[in-house]
Amino acid sequence: MNRTLFLSALLLALPVAQATGITFLSVQNQDQGYTKIVSELGAEYQKTHPSVPYHYQNVPQTQLAQKLQLLSAGGSLPTLYNIDQPTLLQQLYKGGQAADLEATFKRLGLTNTLNPAAVALIKRQNGGKLLALPLELNIEGFWYNKKIFTDNNLKVPTTWAQLLADADALNKKGIQPFAASGDQKWPLTRLIGGYVARKYGSDAMDRVATGTLKVTDPGFLEAVTAVQALGTKGYFGKGVTTLDYDGAVNQFLQGKAAMFYMGSWELRDFNDAAKNKIGTQNIGLFNFPAVAGGKGTLNDWSINAGLVTAINPKDADAGLDGWMKYVFARYGTRALSELGMITGFKVTGTPRNVPALTTLTQQRLSGVKNGYLWFEGQFSPKATAVAGDNVQPLITGDMTPQAYLSQLQDALK
Amino acid sequence: MERTLRDWRAIAIFVGPALLLYAAVLLVPILWSFGYTFTEGSVISGFKAVGLSNYVRLVQDPVFWQATWLSVKYAVLVSAGQVAFGLLLALMYTFYLKRASVLIRTLLFLPVVLPTVAVAQMFIKFFAITPQYGFVNAALQAMHLDGLVQAWLGQGSSAFWVLVLMDIWKSMGFYAVLLYTGLVEIPEETLEAARLDGASGWRLTRFVVVPLLSPVILTSLIFSLNGTLKVFDSVLALTGGGPGNATTPLTLLMYKTAFNYSEYGYGSTIAFALTALCLIVSLLIIRRSRTAGEEA
Repeated sequence: MNRTLFLSALLLALPVAQATGITFLSVQNQDQGYTKIVSELGAEYQKTHPSVPYHYQNVPQTQLAQKLQLLSAGGSLPTLYNIDQPTLLQQLYKGGQAADLEATFKRLGLTNTLNPAAVALIKRQNGGKLLALPLELNIEGFWYNKKIFTDNNLKVPTTWAQLLADADALNKKGIQPFAASGDQKWPLTRLIGGYVARKYGSDAMDRVATGTLKVTDPGFLEAVTAVQALGTKGYFGKGVTTLDYDGAVNQFLQGKAAMFYMGSWELRDFNDAAKNKIGTQNIGLFNFPAVAGGKGTLNDWSINAGLVTAINPKDADAGLDGWMKYVFARYGTRALSELGMITGFKVTGTPRNVPALTTLTQQRLSGVKNGYLWFEGQFSPKATAVAGDNVQPLITGDMTPQAYLSQLQDALK
Repeated sequence: MERTLRDWRAIAIFVGPALLLYAAVLLVPILWSFGYTFTEGSVISGFKAVGLSNYVRLVQDPVFWQATWLSVKYAVLVSAGQVAFGLLLALMYTFYLKRASVLIRTLLFLPVVLPTVAVAQMFIKFFAITPQYGFVNAALQAMHLDGLVQAWLGQGSSAFWVLVLMDIWKSMGFYAVLLYTGLVEIPEETLEAARLDGASGWRLTRFVVVPLLSPVILTSLIFSLNGTLKVFDSVLALTGGGPGNATTPLTLLMYKTAFNYSEYGYGSTIAFALTALCLIVSLLIIRRSRTAGEEA
C-alpha cells in the first residue's frame, strides 16, 4: 500500500510530456496549395532533424474562428495556424500567441525572402504589424472565355457600361454572362467592393474603416444597385444563390459562362487539364472596369494574401527557428515550380515550365500601382457575416439596396 | 418504511447525487449564462460588465424579432403538420391496411432514424435548380409547368416551406407510431357500438376515435412543440439560415451571435429569451392539461 502510494506520487510529480514538433492547423487538404508545400518541406526537415516532427491538422473554414478561440482559451494553439479574422489575430498578438513576424524574420535573417508588396498588404490589415505570413499572393479580376468573346464580336470591356452591354448581348443569345457562387456569398460582395473601389478610389474601404466614409453614402448605393441589377436581369443564370463554389468554377471551365470574377488562387483548377475543358489558351484576364465619374483607375487591382498563417511563439519547440529557416527559405521557389502558385515569398532562380496563366498573373501583379483589399477585408466578423448573408436576398431582388446598406452600417458600428 | 422515506436525511441520500449532477450540468450553466447577459466580450478578449444594455438592444433588434416570429411560425406549423399527418397515417394503419401494416409502418418510420444531415442533403438535391434541375424542377418541366420552376432554396419564402416539408416528412412516422399505439388501445367494443349506431368513416373518426385519442394527441403535441422550438440541425444542414436571415430561428441566431460574431454577452441574452419562450409555452400547456384534467 505505501509503495503503491509512493509510486503514484512519483508518477504525478513527473512533468506531463508536451507534444513536440511543429503542428500546422490548416483549412486546406494536405495535398492542396500552400499546405502541400509546407507539409513537404516539413517532412524533409524531419528526415534530417528527427527531433522536430511535423504534424498536420485540418479544420473546415466555416469553423476556423471558433476552433482558434477554443484552442487559444485552453492555451493549446498549434505552432502554425490559418486565421481569417484580423481582429482575432490582434487579440492573439496581445496575448502573446501570435508572433511579430517582421522581428522574427529579421532575427533569423529571412527578411529578404518576403515580397514587400505582400508584407505591406498584411500590415495594412493588422495595424502596421506583420502578424501573419503571405503563403499565397492573389490578384482578382474577371477571367473571361476568349472564344465566346470572339465568336460574338465582343471586346474586352474597360468601362462598366461596356461590361453591361457585353453581358446583355450574351444574355440575348442565351449564353450565361457571369458565373458566380451565390452560395458562398463573397463572390457577389467582391463585385460590390470592386465597384466601390472604382467609384471612390482604391482607399475607399480604408476610409470606411477609419470612419471618414459611411457605407450609406450615394456611391455605395450606386454600387449595390448596379450589382443587384446584374442579378435581377438574370446575368448569373438560374438560382445563383444555390450555386456552390465548384459549381461556379465548372460553369466557367466547361464553357457555359463567359466571365468569372475570381482570384488567381483558382489557377490550380485552370491549370488542371482534367477540369479545364476550354483550354488555358482560351482564358484571359481583365480588371474590374472603370465607372463613370469614379476616382479609381484600371491600375488599381484587388490583391490579397489569401487565408494567412500566423505563428504561435508560446511553448514553441526549440527547433522552431531552424525549421522556419529551412522551410521559408525554400517556400516561394518550391510553390512556383511544383504548383505554379504565386506566393508572397520571393523566388530564387527561374523554375522551368511555368504555366502560361501563371506568367500572365505574375505580369499583372508586377504592374499593380494601387492594391486594395476585398470588400469585407477590414470588417469585424459580424459585419462580414451581415454583408454576406444579406447579399443573397439582395441579388434575388428580395432586399432593397438601401436596406442592405443600412443594415451593414449598423453592423459596422 | 414510511418513516425512512419521510426522514429528510434519507431523502437527501437518495436524491442527493442525482440532484447534484442535475444542478451541475443543467442549472449551473443556465445561471452562468444568465450572468453573461449582463456582460459583453469573448473568451479571448475578456468580458466587461454592461448592465442592461444587452436587453435594451434585444428589444430594439429587428433581426431578433424576425427570428422569434420564425421560430414560433415554424414550431406551430411543423407540430401541427407532424401530428396531423401522423394521425392520418395511424388511422390508415388501423382501418385500411390490415396485412401490409407492419411493412408500411417500418418504411414510413425509416426517415425518423436517418441522420438529419443526410436528409437535408437529399432535399437540397431534390429541390436544386443549378447546375442541373433536381427532381422537383425536372418533374415540373416534364409536366410543362415551366412557370413554376424556381430556385426553391434560393428564395426566402419557398426555402421556409421546404424546411417545414422536410421536418414534417422526417418525423411524421414517429408520431404515426405513437398515435397508432393509442389507437389500438381503443376497445373494439366501443367502435362496434358506434358502428351499430350508424357512425362510419369520417363521423366515426371525428366523434368517437379522436376524442378517445386526445390524451395521446396532446402528449404528441407537447413532444413536438418542445422539439421544434429548439430546432437547429435541420436548419443548419438545409439552408444554414439563409438566404439572408429568412430561415434563421432563435437557436441559430444565438449560435451565430456567440460563436461567429464573438458576441458572447448578446448571444447569452438571445439564449435567455429563447428559454423564456419555451418556459411560457410549457406553462401554457401545463395549465391547459391541468384544467382539462380538472374537468374530467
